[in-house]
Amino acid sequence: MYRYDQYDQAMVDARVAEFRDQVSRRLAGRMTDDQFKPLRLKNGLYLQLHAYMLRVAIPYGTLNSRQMRKLAQIARTYDRGYGHFTTRQNIQYNWIRLEDAPDILGDLAKVEMHDIQTSGESIRNISADQFAGAAADEIMDPRPWCELIRQMTSFMPEFSYLPRKFKIAVIASKADRAALRWHDFALRIVRNDAGETGFEVFAGGGMGRTPFIAFRIREFLPTNEIFAYLQAVLRVWNRHARRDNIHKQRMKILVHELGEKEFARQVEAEHAGFLARGANFPQAEYDRIAEFFAPPPFEQGLNDDIDLADPEFAAWAERQVVAHKAPGYAIANISLKPVGGIPGDISAEQMDVVADLAERYSFDELRATHSQNLVLPHVRKADLPAIWRALRDCGLADANLDLATDLIACPGLDYCSLANARSIPVAQKIAARFADAERQARIGELKIKISGCINACGHHHAGNIGILGVDRKGIENYQLLLGGSGDAETSQARIAGPGFDEDGIVDAVEKATELYLRQREDGERFIDTYRRIGMEPFKEAIYG
Amino acid sequence: MVEVLRLRDGPASEAEPVSLDSFLDDSDGGAVRIEAGDDVERLFPVLDRLQLVEIDFPRFRDGRGFSSARMLREAGYRGEVRATGDVLVDLVWFMQRCGFDSFAPDVPLNPAEVEAALARYPHVYQPAADGRVPVWALRHG
Ligand code: SF4
Repeated sequence: MYRYDQYDQAMVDARVAEFRDQVSRRLAGRMTDDQFKPLRLKNGLYLQLHAYMLRVAIPYGTLNSRQMRKLAQIARTYDRGYGHFTTRQNIQYNWIRLEDAPDILGDLAKVEMHDIQTSGESIRNISADQFAGAAADEIMDPRPWCELIRQMTSFMPEFSYLPRKFKIAVIASKADRAALRWHDFALRIVRNDAGETGFEVFAGGGMGRTPFIAFRIREFLPTNEIFAYLQAVLRVWNRHARRDNIHKQRMKILVHELGEKEFARQVEAEHAGFLARGANFPQAEYDRIAEFFAPPPFEQGLNDDIDLADPEFAAWAERQVVAHKAPGYAIANISLKPVGGIPGDISAEQMDVVADLAERYSFDELRATHSQNLVLPHVRKADLPAIWRALRDCGLADANLDLATDLIACPGLDYCSLANARSIPVAQKIAARFADAERQARIGELKIKISGCINACGHHHAGNIGILGVDRKGIENYQLLLGGSGDAETSQARIAGPGFDEDGIVDAVEKATELYLRQREDGERFIDTYRRIGMEPFKEAIYG
Repeated sequence: MVEVLRLRDGPASEAEPVSLDSFLDDSDGGAVRIEAGDDVERLFPVLDRLQLVEIDFPRFRDGRGFSSARMLREAGYRGEVRATGDVLVDLVWFMQRCGFDSFAPDVPLNPAEVEAALARYPHVYQPAADGRVPVWALRHG
């Protein structure tokens, strides 16, 4: 993975010093919270219901054991002994004191980490396929491009006070594991007929209160034009977005208002200008970064068999293990969705175990996923039983990848100052309802996503079953949505009908799954059946 | 009288900035004021008549002025570009990189703090309007 050089380190260190200065100005009363707010948000520091929340960037979801141990130490020293992995492949801490924040940043900088641009109206941390560099179906590792884009979008002078946040994702396979088209700007690495590498470019996606799926703005962009193109997109948006209504300032709204064609025309015009002026990154810089992502030294001639004699292990392996591109190796998914737990939460002790496993078995690499789980990307199949035992001993061996209990939930009213309703208790009740291993296996892939308000941090628009917490006359109420997806055939979930109370929504989810089981045809997932039969039969089953 | 903090040499322009429309209509003066929603490209044909462009920041979170300034520099304008309005010290580094070379904010800036802010970051990750060499070039000297 990428390592900082003296330049990267100097920039992150300077950021820590700057933030220390800003915090001391705030604590001394030389700045109001109003003035301080955008500055702390540039450093991922939110003021929540009970305390400050700090979001730490995990660039494109990749981290090593040393970094994971540091995250554990921060959880122990400054928080309450745990952290929370987010739907943006980041980690956040919920119980931070403002006075400690500069020290935390200092600690992070020691392991080449930061929280720059993890919130506020910034170009956010870049998402990527969590199986990058390991997936059997990718045409290349997308992360060198992620890192190059990370650097070119750090402290971008023209685009540091954007109309709203700006989220980027990069993948390099047909299968979409990163919910690509739900991003403001998304790249799929492709090869054209001449065998050249380029980007298929999507723009204008996003969730929030007005969801849009990104449209394809460019079929093929030569990779060396990405800096020009990205600036062109940002400039068109920065200049022409509304600034009078915070809910209408995301790029998706501008795309919608101008129309895809006109937006694309303006982008192409700016792009031509940026290209003509030159000032591009040298190919040598891409090559330098790409070297950090060279495949690890996989052993040759390994056995491809997995000993499935132990039924408990077999159940875990069948669910959590995914094909790897190298023979004898596998991708092992670690569930952060124990029934009864909080989706994405992990204790400091568990972080240490996972760090040890990465160091020992996975070429020192870990990944965080947008579904709030972790991944050991490069493990020998022969080591899977030992890995499973270690996970089991620390409570991380749930076998529910992509099943009903692998749900995504935002922090909701338990933490978030914007929430209308609690998300975590609903997630827990649904998980309890579907906890039976045989039952969830029978239902198969089912992506349930829960947001505590219209801001959609829990991605309910992209849920096969989405749940949205709303406030109805002071009472928490939950809307049910069906048919969303973040996969290659991206779709937006639609509201099924009137909302429910907390127990009602759990029953409604169950009824939807029962209808699916009755109606499904061979090999159909929940989403496939929904796409075939449509909303009506589900409505009847739920409300009839 | 708003204090002007200048990062450029030479005498300050005496001209009184007028609105974009008035400037384009008829103006002998060499100064124009760009509001946040104004299209700075309309100035491109007449850049040689200008000594001063004021770009206003109605709220400091409104970043349109950054694009306006950089686009002027890209178009070859060499005169003064002044930021006015809600300009905080935490913005001046980005402003300088986009081509601003003077500041006349509503609340005066402390020159020592400005100097510190401009010196804070030792490198830049990308080219802008200030001619600084980004690390991607330094690395391959
Ligand atoms: S969706 Fe709403 S409640 Fe949930 S984390 Fe986002 S802002 Fe908070």
